[in-house]
Amino acid sequence: MAVPKQKSQPASRQEAQAADVLDASHVRADFPILDRDIHGKKLVYLDNAASTQKPRAVIDAVKHYYERYNSNVHRGVHHLSQEATFAYEGARKRVQALLNAEDDSEIIFTRGTTEAINLVAQTYGRANLGPGDEVLISVMEHHSNIVPWQLVCEQTGATLKAVPIDEHGALVMDELERLLTEKTKIVALGHISNSLGTINPIQKIAAMAHAVSAVLVVDGAQGLPHARVDVRELDADFYAFSGHKVYGPTGIGGLYGRRELLDAMPPWQGGGDMILTVAIDRSTYNDPPFRFEAGTPNIAGAIGLAAALDYVDSLGYERVAAHEAELLAYGTAALEQIEDLRLIGTAPEKAGVLSFVMDGAHPHDVGTILDQEGIAIRTGHHCAQPVMEHFCVPATARASIGIYNTREDIDALVRGLRKVREVFG
Amino acid sequence: MSDLRELYQSVILDHNKHPRNFGALDGATHKADGHNPLCGDKINLQLIVEDGVVTDVAFEGEGCAISTASASVMTETLKGRTLRDVEALFGRFHDLVTGKGGGDLDELGKLAVFAGVSEFPIRVKCATLSWHTLRAALEGAGAPATTE
Repeated sequence: MAVPKQKSQPASRQEAQAADVLDASHVRADFPILDRDIHGKKLVYLDNAASTQKPRAVIDAVKHYYERYNSNVHRGVHHLSQEATFAYEGARKRVQALLNAEDDSEIIFTRGTTEAINLVAQTYGRANLGPGDEVLISVMEHHSNIVPWQLVCEQTGATLKAVPIDEHGALVMDELERLLTEKTKIVALGHISNSLGTINPIQKIAAMAHAVSAVLVVDGAQGLPHARVDVRELDADFYAFSGHKVYGPTGIGGLYGRRELLDAMPPWQGGGDMILTVAIDRSTYNDPPFRFEAGTPNIAGAIGLAAALDYVDSLGYERVAAHEAELLAYGTAALEQIEDLRLIGTAPEKAGVLSFVMDGAHPHDVGTILDQEGIAIRTGHHCAQPVMEHFCVPATARASIGIYNTREDIDALVRGLRKVREVFG
Repeated sequence: MSDLRELYQSVILDHNKHPRNFGALDGATHKADGHNPLCGDKINLQLIVEDGVVTDVAFEGEGCAISTASASVMTETLKGRTLRDVEALFGRFHDLVTGKGGGDLDELGKLAVFAGVSEFPIRVKCATLSWHTLRAALEGAGAPATTE
């Protein structure tokens, strides 16, 4: 689990770490899929904001669970169930430690960020919103941080408001300040924008939200893969994240919630594990986090997620961030050299997302041509249609950087984009 | 790269850059909007149908090269065709882009340039958006239009 810290150890990963640089060739060797050829070309995977690839350690952890101790959790007195419960609750502690939450009961496992935000909206939101109250989001949000709030506003009579963004794709902070009033009960914002890469000043916004007694819900889907997240330092009341964007399995993610908020929240889904007693006429509910985890959870997913967090931690979050920043700068400079290409999202504080449009070539055609070169990027509206509308584009092409990407990957992207120019003139 | 050339034939690139019958149509008897929510492609199709024959057709919208060129070539192909012809043509075109043949390529005329789409299953919807919109226009607005 823990990475040996002795500097005397001669392994090259330790040497690379001592130099504070991420050794991409070592990282790449940990990801079996990166061996693949696509259309006869070496795979260049630049769709990390959509989903990341999995290191061997994650695949092995999931496989080991199914092969050696597959069983249900929190139920059996038998040995396998105890092992499974120990691993599942160990995963919760792993997430707690990584996020620096005060207690492991503040970590609820969900299917991912989307489910985590829906959980907050339908429990905290439904219990605390009413006519005259306001929920504040922003124009740059992913649909998963828009639609759950629309639903709960419809149900409760509350009003949804959105902070605008500027021409670089950064939040207009003056507007945020203006829109934050005594009526605001919930502020829900992305940590990092999936379509633009903008990093939002969460700590500052938390202070502003708390000044009007609103709670801050952070959509951390893109946050956790790119930076060390400390929920207490950020002072977030809720922090939602997905496992598959941080090199873990799909179908697992989680929600951090401050314990006193979770304690007061009504249950969401009903079923096994979330109850203390059930009679036909009424039931009593379990404490957090179990109150919000009805039914058999994604045990293998949680175990895989813990392995993924261990893996990223072993590389060092600071090195991961530095590697990404270096490639982002390199990629930005390279794309700016391409004629008639416009970068969408140029905020000063930005993570490894290169969203762009090209004159005369629609993003889908760009995506198809790059795919023929073995290069995987995302094209479309990135589940952020209000962002597309803001920049007056129907869609963008988006290359997003992960821990195994190299300058060669960016060079391949640039060669691919030159091919797009050849085809579309 | 050969598949790519097959997909982005010069006719397709030309129709993408200079779409034919692009704009609004005066006196349209049938119209419909088409939308591919997956990729955001949008089309508005308008037709004039007289005595069961398409006499004029035009489209507006935005989309990728495949969807724009497909709409453009479709409008060229439709003029002067009977509604029965049009339906049969859609069937043949659909077979062509999904790799089920499409029958006599001569009968498909210029539509045959979209044969390469069958190698790119994810792009089939781009090629067929305008045709689905056509069917919606003829079926939906069709009933009130015929009473005139």
